[in-house]
Amino acid sequence: MTILIVIGIYLGLLIALGVVNKFYFRGTSADYFVASRSIGPFMLLMSVFGTTMTGFALVGSTGEAYRAGIGVYGLMASWSGLVHSLIFFLVGIKLWAYGKRYGYMTQIGFFRDRFESNGLGWILFPILVGLVIPYLLVGVIGAGKTVQGVTAGLFPEAFPLPPITLPTGALKPHPLSGSIPLWLTGLVVCGVVLFYVFIGGVRGAAWANTFQTLVFMFLGMIAVYLISDKLGGPVAASEAVLKAKPERLSREEFGQLHFLSYCFVPLSVGMFPHLFQHWLTAKSAKAFRLTVIAHPIFIMIVWLPCILIGIWATAVPDLHAPGPNAVLGKMVGKLVHSELLSGLITAGVLAAIMSSLDSQFVCIGSMFTNDVVAHHFGKERFSDSQKLWMGRGFVVLIVAATYLISLIDQPQVFKLGVWCFSGFAALTPLVFAALYWRRATRAGAIASVLMMVAVWVVLFYRDMSAVHAPGEEDEKLILGMMPVVFIFAASAVTMVVVSLCTQPPSAATIEKFFPGGKAVGAVPADASPAATS
Amino acid sequence: MRKAVWIAVVVLFVLHQDFWWWEDKTLVFGFLPIGLAWHALYSLLAAGLWLAAVKYAWPGEVEAFADAGNAADEAPASSSPKEDEA
Repeated sequence: MTILIVIGIYLGLLIALGVVNKFYFRGTSADYFVASRSIGPFMLLMSVFGTTMTGFALVGSTGEAYRAGIGVYGLMASWSGLVHSLIFFLVGIKLWAYGKRYGYMTQIGFFRDRFESNGLGWILFPILVGLVIPYLLVGVIGAGKTVQGVTAGLFPEAFPLPPITLPTGALKPHPLSGSIPLWLTGLVVCGVVLFYVFIGGVRGAAWANTFQTLVFMFLGMIAVYLISDKLGGPVAASEAVLKAKPERLSREEFGQLHFLSYCFVPLSVGMFPHLFQHWLTAKSAKAFRLTVIAHPIFIMIVWLPCILIGIWATAVPDLHAPGPNAVLGKMVGKLVHSELLSGLITAGVLAAIMSSLDSQFVCIGSMFTNDVVAHHFGKERFSDSQKLWMGRGFVVLIVAATYLISLIDQPQVFKLGVWCFSGFAALTPLVFAALYWRRATRAGAIASVLMMVAVWVVLFYRDMSAVHAPGEEDEKLILGMMPVVFIFAASAVTMVVVSLCTQPPSAATIEKFFPGGKAVGAVPADASPAATS
Repeated sequence: MRKAVWIAVVVLFVLHQDFWWWEDKTLVFGFLPIGLAWHALYSLLAAGLWLAAVKYAWPGEVEAFADAGNAADEAPASSSPKEDEA
């Protein structure tokens, strides 16, 4: 029960933070959706990092390391350290500048203006929302699986599970019998997040993310320390893996091209609508500096312990993890014989998950309110209060749909996350063209997006319908490479070819986004006497 | 210096593909598989690279561009209905 009390206190603190944040809310939609562009460097770092670290980074990475070894770190963590900061540098700062100058509150608002196209916005809206839903699923499922793992056996009468029939016909007690069911954890997690974002909007999410990021980083380090201690120390833990599953200590399971092509996946941050929203909250361009520099280090602090826990788990006898998703929870539950510490570590995992969910909830509401309601009916048609309530209603609808999907089907967290990221990554030609290529046209943008959708659907179906050999759950590679490479290429080529064959944007639009014929920020700081320092 | 930073980005990109340790199971410090140790170091190198980028390749004039004009958050640029031109 101590575990549940600790988790309850953590959730209670989040609710309290939401209530406190209410006093800072200025009552305007600008404050709700972009925190009146007042977020400083530390909180921006915490929000951006907390948002990008999800259940995928903790539950998914541990499970994937358990299944496939250390290569997972290189696949996602170290690539992300390079590519995420590259995107923040090349895309985030510029989008912030356009957002501040022209008052954009969403990606779609920016793209509509840049490409002089209402239609592009109507096409993008369902695509972006549709891609966010799997991202939400990653969080809800991850939370459920984690809590299920650490609460196994706690409520045998309230939540029994039938025994498992072995191939011999014998019955074995279900290892998760008595655990808190997925439907209950999902309900509580979604409810708490909805509460504090309903009250505080993106500022509420930023405050919660700051708290949650500190929690999960600290507790992640505690987890790896405690688990390694129970295994006899990190040296003994790794030596055990060397004896039991040596292949987990190298990258024999990964092809070279597969490993290389994963660099496309972290490009996805360039088109995450929830990250775009956090960028818009920055007080200044300088606020991005800390995020750009510290992001790779923070990723290492979170991922390295998770990968170690995952590979060490392969040498733990009788772990009985029902699947990779449950490995982190089972390692904590089985080895850390302290309900207090198990509760704290579980709260840390929930913190990582919820720090992404809150941003995603806010951005969905923002997109609906600004890109659908205000855009279609006019900004003055509804009051700020009415718009906020409409946005909240849409969020509840999407969250409810996601919650129901999470109950019906529980796909492997890592794989689902990768397909979601692949979709966003393949949209990045759109944002790069918008920011750096004056010749990019409305037709090119629309064609690029539609091509991305078509290719993504085909390859996603191909992967889902493929028969994978037991233990081989990787995305179905194409010529040894990640499918995202081909979706990205199709999108980029379409953008270029169609743009070159169609009418360029108006001179007014070009001057608006490329003043003096140059991309914003093309002049380096050290070449300009008026540059910020 | 700006060019040097971007060259460093490319070099770091190439170094990510550490094929020379691909099947190596050596444990650094007794517990860290060498492939994992290299990529942890890679993360630190990336941070160093971005520190240099912030110092020597920061996009100039961004703040001035953002602050120019009188865009108010109560009047976003694309909030009014437009003719559908697509």
